[in-house]
Amino acid sequence: MTAPLVDISSVSHRFGQHTVLKNVSLTIEPGSYTILLGPSGSGKTTLLSILGGFVTPSEGKVLIRGEDCTAVPPAKRPTTTVFQDYALFPHMSVGSNVGFGLRMQGIDAATRTARAREALALVGLATAFDKKPHQLSGGQRQRVALARALVVEPAVLLLDEPLGALDLKLRRQMQDELKAIQKRVGTAFIHVTHDQEEAMALADHCVVMNDGRIEDEGPPERVYARPATRFSATFMGESTLIPGAVTAAKDGTITVATQVGPLSLTGTLPAGTTVALAVRPEHLVLGAPGGAVGFGTAKVSDVVFQGSFKRVLAVSEKDPALHFIARAPAAAAVQPGDIVAVSCEAGDIILLAS
Amino acid sequence: MRALVRITSWIYAVAIYGFIFLPVVVLVLFSLQATSFPIPPFTGPSLRWYDAVLADTRLTSALVNSLLVAILSSAAAVALGFLSAWGFARFALPGSGLMRGLITLPLTVSYLIIGMGLLVLFNWAGVPKSLLAAGIGHVVINLPLCFAIIYSQMGDHQINIERAARDLGAPEWTVLLLITVPVMAPAIFAGFFLSMTFSWDEFVISFLLTRFDTTLPVEIWNLLRSGLNPKTNAVGSLVFAVSIVLVVFFELMLLRRKPA
Repeated sequence: MTAPLVDISSVSHRFGQHTVLKNVSLTIEPGSYTILLGPSGSGKTTLLSILGGFVTPSEGKVLIRGEDCTAVPPAKRPTTTVFQDYALFPHMSVGSNVGFGLRMQGIDAATRTARAREALALVGLATAFDKKPHQLSGGQRQRVALARALVVEPAVLLLDEPLGALDLKLRRQMQDELKAIQKRVGTAFIHVTHDQEEAMALADHCVVMNDGRIEDEGPPERVYARPATRFSATFMGESTLIPGAVTAAKDGTITVATQVGPLSLTGTLPAGTTVALAVRPEHLVLGAPGGAVGFGTAKVSDVVFQGSFKRVLAVSEKDPALHFIARAPAAAAVQPGDIVAVSCEAGDIILLAS
Repeated sequence: MRALVRITSWIYAVAIYGFIFLPVVVLVLFSLQATSFPIPPFTGPSLRWYDAVLADTRLTSALVNSLLVAILSSAAAVALGFLSAWGFARFALPGSGLMRGLITLPLTVSYLIIGMGLLVLFNWAGVPKSLLAAGIGHVVINLPLCFAIIYSQMGDHQINIERAARDLGAPEWTVLLLITVPVMAPAIFAGFFLSMTFSWDEFVISFLLTRFDTTLPVEIWNLLRSGLNPKTNAVGSLVFAVSIVLVVFFELMLLRRKPA
């Protein structure tokens, strides 16, 4: 096995009394698209700043291409950053912006121009070479920032909420382009976002962060289907969470006591463990004929039409603290006030230790 | 009724602008006097007193001195003001608020006090009275001004621009020269032109700190001691014209629409 491109080992960081990163370890493979996903304050941006060299961690090490870069300044490390506000040089033309990194490497003007033009063509802005940044739209500035960071051929490209300032339609469009550009250049991208849809669409490797820790990491399909923790079950997509406790464990089958009755599941947790059962909205079945595992009946509290489906919120009749989040077909005749049976297939229940 | 309000407001406007600008208008008008006294009736227009000013080598050399002192002291004030503003804006310094207060404090101290202080200091340090001494005095009064103007324009949005430059491999001095200075250019030029305006017609400090070679306001004061004369009006009008040009430059720089 080859060494990872980036190896972050046991990194912690404090701002004054406040610990923002708690013993984080992460490896990045060459050519991968990694997403750091988390709510604000989860430490994802600090981790990116540590990778970019703008912050030196209080503890731990960062190795890039096997070299210790922990305290190497941004100018001297093989990373470049695309900033959330793009941070284009307002007094320079787009071409000079893109060529700036090459200029700092002492590359002659003719080569610089040629490579800047190539990079702009890569992001679909070949005609903007002589324009000033203020003449471009938000999406175009974003691309210039991307070209400027890519033209110096970094080992890792860091993107700090790069799509945050764009409107939804443009964001989805740029998202597709980012992925396409990443595949074309083959550079490892590390992208920070709080948008789970963005994360699922872009990531090869999705890292869910909360409160300075990595909660879960892996391919987005796995993180979505089998989240490792309660947090990633609710942050990466929605889930209904049913708290419970294991009362019996025998032959790979456990019995979990919950407010909606005892449930039999496959699992190996010892008796006495408190757990949470998570079910994705699309796996909850409303009404008869139900799935193999029944959760009793619930009163529908809200129905939100979302175009291709209806998002249904229902409160359990056995436990008013238990809220079901389900997805019904767009044509389903479900209304607030209805009493429905709630169930799902056993295989769709995600067992989380809590 | 509405017409009455309109007329009254017009009268008020004329009165207030008259109050402000009448002295200047009178000064400029009688600089064009053809006879020897700057008092009514107006006998001009004539440019004979402007000829007299330009023929007076003491006045013209004082004018050159004034320009030199204004340009050099403003350049020094703006350079020092820029560096201190950058330092305060970009680095977390101990007692930053207090230090920023201290650096702008000379704005509230009268020129007379600053001039006297410098006189005592230079006397003690053995610096002779000279244009250099007056220039240093002008740096003292203009540095806080340049600092305040540039610091106020140094926003957080430029931090990422500087970071981006560093990220792309620029050493610190390159970031300053290629990024920060050009981005801050409007504020830097505004500070420079405002400093020049103040240095250009500053009298008290120049009067206290110069001896043989002196600046134009001091020379005008020498001229006034021998009584009013259209020549003083002419040289005053020239001073005023230069000030106007400098202020216009200042406003163009500071109020210019900022590119996004």
